Amino acid sequence: MMNVSATPVLALRGISKRFGAVQALTDVELEIRCGEVVALVGDNGAGKSTLVKAIAGVGPADDGVIEWEGRPVTVDRPHTAQELGIATVYQDLALCDNLDVVGNLFLGREIVRAGVLDEVEMERRARELLATLSIRIPSVRIPVASLSGGQRQTVAIARSLLGEPKVVILDEPTAALGVEQTAQVLDLVERLRERGLGVILISHNMADVRAVADRVAVLRLGCNNGTFEVRATSQEEIISAITGANDNAVTRREARRQGEGDSETAEGNQ
Amino acid sequence: MSTNPSESRGTEPADGNGQAPAEGAVTAVDPRLLVRQEGFAGYWSEFGRKLRSGELGSLPVVVGLIIIAIVFQLRDSAFLGAENLSNLFVTAAGTGLIAVGIVFVLILGEIDLSVGSVSGLAAAVFAVLNVNHGMPEWLALVLAILSGAVIGALHGFFFARIGVPAFVVTLAGLLGWNGLMLQVLGSNGTINLDDTGLVADLTNHYFTDISAAYGLATLSVAAFFLLSFRDSRRREAAGVPSRPLSEIVLRTVALAVPAYVVAWLFNQYKGLPLAVVIFLGVVVALDFVLRRTSYGRKIFALGGSVEAARRAGINVSAIRISVFALSGTMAALGGMFLASQINAANQSSGAGSLLMNAIAAAVIGGTSLFGGRGKTWSALLGVLVIQSIASGMALLGIASAVQYMITGAVLLAAVVIDSVSRRTQRSAGRA
Repeated sequence: MMNVSATPVLALRGISKRFGAVQALTDVELEIRCGEVVALVGDNGAGKSTLVKAIAGVGPADDGVIEWEGRPVTVDRPHTAQELGIATVYQDLALCDNLDVVGNLFLGREIVRAGVLDEVEMERRARELLATLSIRIPSVRIPVASLSGGQRQTVAIARSLLGEPKVVILDEPTAALGVEQTAQVLDLVERLRERGLGVILISHNMADVRAVADRVAVLRLGCNNGTFEVRATSQEEIISAITGANDNAVTRREARRQGEGDSETAEGNQ
Repeated sequence: MSTNPSESRGTEPADGNGQAPAEGAVTAVDPRLLVRQEGFAGYWSEFGRKLRSGELGSLPVVVGLIIIAIVFQLRDSAFLGAENLSNLFVTAAGTGLIAVGIVFVLILGEIDLSVGSVSGLAAAVFAVLNVNHGMPEWLALVLAILSGAVIGALHGFFFARIGVPAFVVTLAGLLGWNGLMLQVLGSNGTINLDDTGLVADLTNHYFTDISAAYGLATLSVAAFFLLSFRDSRRREAAGVPSRPLSEIVLRTVALAVPAYVVAWLFNQYKGLPLAVVIFLGVVVALDFVLRRTSYGRKIFALGGSVEAARRAGINVSAIRISVFALSGTMAALGGMFLASQINAANQSSGAGSLLMNAIAAAVIGGTSLFGGRGKTWSALLGVLVIQSIASGMALLGIASAVQYMITGAVLLAAVVIDSVSRRTQRSAGRA
């Protein structure tokens, strides 16, 4: 309890971003605490990716403050974000198919002993890391190409943990996965939380969000549209916050089904 | 949610003792896990699995070499004689060195078509500096090889920084550097080299003492065994899977047999050729670079996925430029050996089938044209195949017309094996 109420490890204050004539983000606020999974949801074009890019240093914000452990920081390059302790796992994973699991985990930060790759130490650390995350893959010495989609996702997530980050951003980690593999990735997200990491989970899948997230931050048209405690919120409330009104295709459908209006669901969110 | 970061943070042990959870993860539950049995049975079953899933490795080329040897030996018993094989190895060194550079470029997933012209130009540069301008041989040699490196870096610059496809850059190089070579050689067209000099020695010097060849064989075998053994012990100590001693011994014997046979053959003729020592030295050194250094790992990463490499913080342009520079360097070095064989730099240096032979050697030896897979050893194996065919045909007095057709067919067969094994690997999920 104490940790969640403490200073957020990462806080965004009034983040704004403009692309030409489009105001992509307007005064967005977001707080992540250690040991907390925050789902970032919103329709296509709501600004989720832009916000993530601002945090990861890929596309710095025009306006607003990023606070890291209470201090305002400038994140203008991906490298800066990594040094602070923000790891990002992009949707397209960025793994090298021809390298084995160990090679991919340590790509760009190989362990070198006297100028020579220390394969033994890398393999030992890789097995150790995968074991602590209860990740099961056939062998750490087979090319990543031979892993299933879920296994590749878990390797990509494990890789982001090697830099000892405090916040991990997962961009649609379950988008292309089957039932079993989705469950594996969600298990992994929970293990990240148990390790005391702050996790930002971007997802379109409400079932996943409700399964692992503690809070849900909704973006709509580049603005905050409410933050919900998952346990105290119904799925309809979140959906109506995403779509922005109680009169839309989703609620109308709901209304038709129930035979009467369902007007309370989205109150106070807009 | 109430969680305690300080408590759970400590679950990843910083040193030692990672064995227990790791073992658990491998042996438990999932039947799809690849658990290798102990000893020979496990070794063979894994070998069979690799074959079925298309990881052929060096197998096709070794089988090919054996077939070639049998066919030619049946037609002419001089083929496997000491003199012919010794000459075969020496002749193979020049093309082989160029092929080693090609291997690096192929692993990037690119191609270098200029290596033939660059090798000819380097020979011409050396000849002009040394013979025409009286520069000391060693300095001329260094400058000639350096010119290859600079030319390669230039190709790399146009490819990596300007974004011109490597195919086109090096095709321009193929024409351009050949033109420059003709220009440098001048009206005469042929410059004869000092036949007792350093460059002449490259392919004409033999270590006649029989202890040289046997010594090198012993050294290689002992080094291989000790390094494998030490590696295995370290892995055991760290609790990661290691090769059993029986397998290390088996591999050492598999290396020792050809090493001593070849050493014996060399001693039957003139002794251990300097060309072979340099070629093997380069192959071993660059194999080390490729597999044991982070630079080599970055080259493989680029061959696998440029975007992933970039995101991992790898300087993509620098790696690309350096690999093309290496290819140019190896082309220049190979050019020196080829010039040494004819003791001259002339207008046909680096022309003809040299480029195709170098690329074919790399591919025949098992380096993938599709990038991301390859070994420097494939240059050695591949060039032996090509040189064996050339040598055998010459022994039998077959015209070069037929020789080209057969070499072409072998190259096609190698590429077919590469493509098919890649497809099999993909369907077995191991592309």
